[in-house]
Amino acid sequence: MLSYLSNPLRFMRFSAWAAPLFAALAALLFAIGLPWALVYSPADYQMGETARIMYVHVPAAWWGMGAYAFMGVASFVSLVWRHALADVAARAAAPVGATFAAVCLITGSFWGAPTWGTWWEWDGRLTSMLVLFIIYLGYIALWSAIEDEEKAARMAAILCLVGLINLPIIKFSVDWWSTLHQPASIMRAEGSSIDPSMMGPLFTMAGAYLALFAALTLYGMRTAIFRRRVEAAELRAGA
Amino acid sequence: MNAFSVTFRRDLAMMWSGGGALTPIGFFLGATLLVPLAMGPERSLLESAGPPLVWIAAALAVLATLERLFQADLEDGSLDQMLLSRAPLEWLVLAKACALWCAVGLPLALAAAPAAIALQAPVDRVAAIVLSLALGTAAFIGIGLVGAAITAGVKRGGVLIALIVLPFFAPPIIFGAAVASGEDVGAALAVLTGCALGAMALGPIAAAAALRLQAE
Amino acid sequence: MSGARPFQDNPALRVDGLAVARGGRVLFSGLSFAAGAGDYVELRGANGSGKTSLIRALAGFLPPRAGTIVFERIEEPALALHYVGHSNGLKSNASVASHARYWAGLFGGVGDAEGALVRVGLSGARDRLARTLSQGQARRLALSRLVIAPRPIWLLDEPAAALDAQGRETLGALVAAHRADGGIVVAAVHEPLGPEPSLALKVGA
Repeated sequence: MLSYLSNPLRFMRFSAWAAPLFAALAALLFAIGLPWALVYSPADYQMGETARIMYVHVPAAWWGMGAYAFMGVASFVSLVWRHALADVAARAAAPVGATFAAVCLITGSFWGAPTWGTWWEWDGRLTSMLVLFIIYLGYIALWSAIEDEEKAARMAAILCLVGLINLPIIKFSVDWWSTLHQPASIMRAEGSSIDPSMMGPLFTMAGAYLALFAALTLYGMRTAIFRRRVEAAELRAGA
Repeated sequence: MNAFSVTFRRDLAMMWSGGGALTPIGFFLGATLLVPLAMGPERSLLESAGPPLVWIAAALAVLATLERLFQADLEDGSLDQMLLSRAPLEWLVLAKACALWCAVGLPLALAAAPAAIALQAPVDRVAAIVLSLALGTAAFIGIGLVGAAITAGVKRGGVLIALIVLPFFAPPIIFGAAVASGEDVGAALAVLTGCALGAMALGPIAAAAALRLQAE
Repeated sequence: MSGARPFQDNPALRVDGLAVARGGRVLFSGLSFAAGAGDYVELRGANGSGKTSLIRALAGFLPPRAGTIVFERIEEPALALHYVGHSNGLKSNASVASHARYWAGLFGGVGDAEGALVRVGLSGARDRLARTLSQGQARRLALSRLVIAPRPIWLLDEPAAALDAQGRETLGALVAAHRADGGIVVAAVHEPLGPEPSLALKVGA
């Protein structure tokens, strides 16, 4: 599958129908998931109606990390096989992942206000997500700072892989730090087990986010490839 | 003499001869001076905030040395010669990192002693602060190598390096500040040592990979 | 240099179907040539034709788009070649003598650093800092690398740039001595360097 799509022409043919398909799938899943999660699902017995933020917050956290893992795979492919399409994929996924991380942070803040009585709590998970968000920003900034696009791709790939190796270490450190500094009661809010009736809407929303990620990344890749073609044509016309 | 020791000596000599090594120390002391000015000289407040702030200032001081670390070698053609050395580039990068630690990291850790005392840190904790910073600057440098290598071709990349590198400073900051503040010292010191060794071992490998691609 | 032909294994350089690209643009393709002991290959071509990229590809800095570069009968590939490019590789705050010592360590040479400075005519400037050297002197210092550590293949990119008549003569003598030793010289030039090339290659489409 991957080697088949590694040909840019085949990729363009594939993405021409895959991107709108994923966009439609995302719209459909959001149309089912949002009302299911926000209106029809049972309220949490502890946190009440505000627990519904979870359906927006948790999938954003999952795919905020998932997008980074995807970029890590793409970066590895780019470094080992020097494939231009892998660079394009990693670069296109970054803003989507960063947005998911931001959504996770913002909804986490909204969730914290009624639950913890503060707009920002230095909770271990939120802090790790904040670090991930800043890593995303650095990655995106590196891409735009290096003019030579091939070189930018290599450097960004190295940064992405270094980040991938470091993320578990950062996660471990932050967890250690939060148990050192936080009273244990704060951990309870998210640590509680999920009721089976919440699974349906949660996984529907997670599917919707994934489809959205796929659609936005594919559209981003197509835009980048079109831009490269225009630049190449200009180069030929100018030469 | 072998390639490692000539690289180490040359970098060390150049950092000292230009007075370049004094700049981060001065920056560090200047930054710690601002702390009581901002917080007020109240003893109890400084006592708890002092050691962590010394750590932040040291992290920023190391950061300030990274921008030119490889950029100069890339611009003046020295990197090409390093690639033709008998020794692998990773080894030479490690030599540069060790030189940077001797010229900047260790002096920073030592300068932290008067800075911590001035910030009302308990005198019996000063040794722990110096030790934690000696390890911590090694971790910062190991991580910073990678940021310096991947931005070596970027003009005025100082802020970019900071953005790229700072999130990766989280583990050493967490465990180092814990050692400096005397919280769970044994475990924190063990992990901090691991951070320093890991960063110094893996940092040169990633940085050398980036530098090879920079030389293309 | 003691003894005749220190590179007695008859080192050879073989390039086959080489293509090099920069920034997504192919500079040249299908380039093949071979050079053996004592050969001098002169590369010519207009600005932007890819001479520098070819030299950097031969040095191993720039991976070729296609084709192969093979060094034959060279024991340690890490010690195969010297490269003198546009940038001299000097540190402005380091002295001439310290550069020579550094390179001797870096390249693991058995040659003598002091003698090398004499050969390029810099023995009188040993304590001067690199930033006080003229362009021509800086280039001479860069050329001293060639003799500080003997290596069979020299890759020179515009080696005569900034050199005066006497400097060119020195360079010519270095090249002649290296060829007599059984080494290989590959140089990209604008104007003929002086010695009659064994092979003149025109780079570029």
